[in-house]
Amino acid sequence: MGDVNLSVTLAGVALKNPVIPASGTFGYGREYAALYDLNILGAFSWKGTTARPRDGNPPPRIAETPAGMLNAIGLQNPGIDAVIREEVPNIARIFDGPVIANVGGFTVEEYAENCRKLDAVEQCKILEINISCPNVHAGGRNFGTDAKAAAEVTAAVRRVTRKPVFMKLTPNVSDITEIARACADAGADGLCLINTLLGMRIDLKTRRPVLANRTGGLSGPAIFPVALRMVWDVYEAVRLPIIGCGGVASAEDVAEMMLAGASAVEIGAANLRDPYLCKRIVEELPDVCRRLGVENIAGLTGAAHE
Amino acid sequence: MKQSAFTLERVRPLSVDTVELRFSGDTSDITAPGQFVNLALPGRFLRRPVSVCDWTPGELTLLVRIAGAGTRELADSPPGTAFDVLSGLGNGFTLSGIAPEDVILAGGGIGIAPLYGLAKALSRRGIRPVAALGFRSRADVFYLDEFRAVCDTVLVATEDENGLVTDILRQHPSRRYVYCCGPLPMLRAVYELPHLTGGQYSFEARMGCGFGACMGCSMPFRGGWRRICTDGPVFAREEIVWET
Repeated sequence: MGDVNLSVTLAGVALKNPVIPASGTFGYGREYAALYDLNILGAFSWKGTTARPRDGNPPPRIAETPAGMLNAIGLQNPGIDAVIREEVPNIARIFDGPVIANVGGFTVEEYAENCRKLDAVEQCKILEINISCPNVHAGGRNFGTDAKAAAEVTAAVRRVTRKPVFMKLTPNVSDITEIARACADAGADGLCLINTLLGMRIDLKTRRPVLANRTGGLSGPAIFPVALRMVWDVYEAVRLPIIGCGGVASAEDVAEMMLAGASAVEIGAANLRDPYLCKRIVEELPDVCRRLGVENIAGLTGAAHE
Repeated sequence: MKQSAFTLERVRPLSVDTVELRFSGDTSDITAPGQFVNLALPGRFLRRPVSVCDWTPGELTLLVRIAGAGTRELADSPPGTAFDVLSGLGNGFTLSGIAPEDVILAGGGIGIAPLYGLAKALSRRGIRPVAALGFRSRADVFYLDEFRAVCDTVLVATEDENGLVTDILRQHPSRRYVYCCGPLPMLRAVYELPHLTGGQYSFEARMGCGFGACMGCSMPFRGGWRRICTDGPVFAREEIVWET
């Protein structure tokens, strides 16, 4: 068996491989570009960006958990205008591939306005709409946990951009396929799942929650089976490309996520423990494919359903 | 920043909850006292950020307070154990531009660790500093002999005997420039001493990554929120604001 073809496509966007550092664990690429050539990556998803600059939640924002971590950053970011002005030109210097722009928002209008601005940013090939951050509160409205609200955001951003729109879904719902269907019906080009699971820790000494925000989002290997099951369910429910995300920490996990139905795979918390992990996974994927007898990695997508 | 394996060579108990760990490994990315390393522990997801106490080419010394199960496992590791370490993290203390007769080092508890490396670096430049070291009680005191070897004077404050580090600093009002590391309430109490006109303060925080990617350790500073891990951990007096 010869060379393995690692290329995949996401709603018409070609990726040289399915490995994508996940939003919130990769900033705007600067920190990792100092460590390795980012051009080995299929794409990367930048930090969730909102209309206005945000400081985020008070510290502590991080807590350890068995096989994972909680974060309650609260979408700290410099705001869409500063990102377009200062980060986008830098990204062009450090990365040649497609960038996935993760977009946050607190109103339907804010999501749409951010996407309208990003429509003009050539290197952003996919807009990933974060309707699932567990650490911010949009005036009591949770777009990701309500099918009607999720559809409303989807339709609003769909109208203002020619770029593929991927809705990033929360696992903190009773039926993720209901939200997935609502997004699909409203015009989403793809889905990204899952965001973090809502959790908490309590400090035994102080008898207070460890996180100042009280709760945070659980990520890391602990959530991999949950993410895998949800990707499986959503793959059965809708005909849209899926970016699988949640607890992925190895090339084998990437293959498993693709077998469940993902067309590409995001790697999040594991980058924080091992900053070179995504590079290593890309380097290991051909061997994993050979072991599985796969010449084209894209052929793994959904293969476990057959 | 460099990711490499460090081998634990020696564990020396210093007090009831503090150990000195000596490692062999590649220290070439460590460039200033006050920097930290981020150490991966088997079976624990998050790395443990630890201040560099001392380093030479090929050797690294860390002081660790046993605060939970992870640091307990680290302290109980047998010599020969290899750890995955990110080294050369953070900015570290700046040594230039200070008047030696103004300087005092102020450390609290495990926060004295980076001040040892700083005192050693200063003494190599012919400045033997005055150090004020604070501990909870007499039984918690550690590393005095090591500090005495590189300092002009080592002053000790214990809460059960003679009070706090701030009491010592007040007794030396001509020492107006402080290098400070300790728990947050101590940093603030030192900062608020009226006779201090300048200084560098090393902050600690819960970190997700330690290299600037996750924004987990951000705190408010003058001009906006900054990351303890990459914009610090050492901040100049002028950069600090205290949220009330």
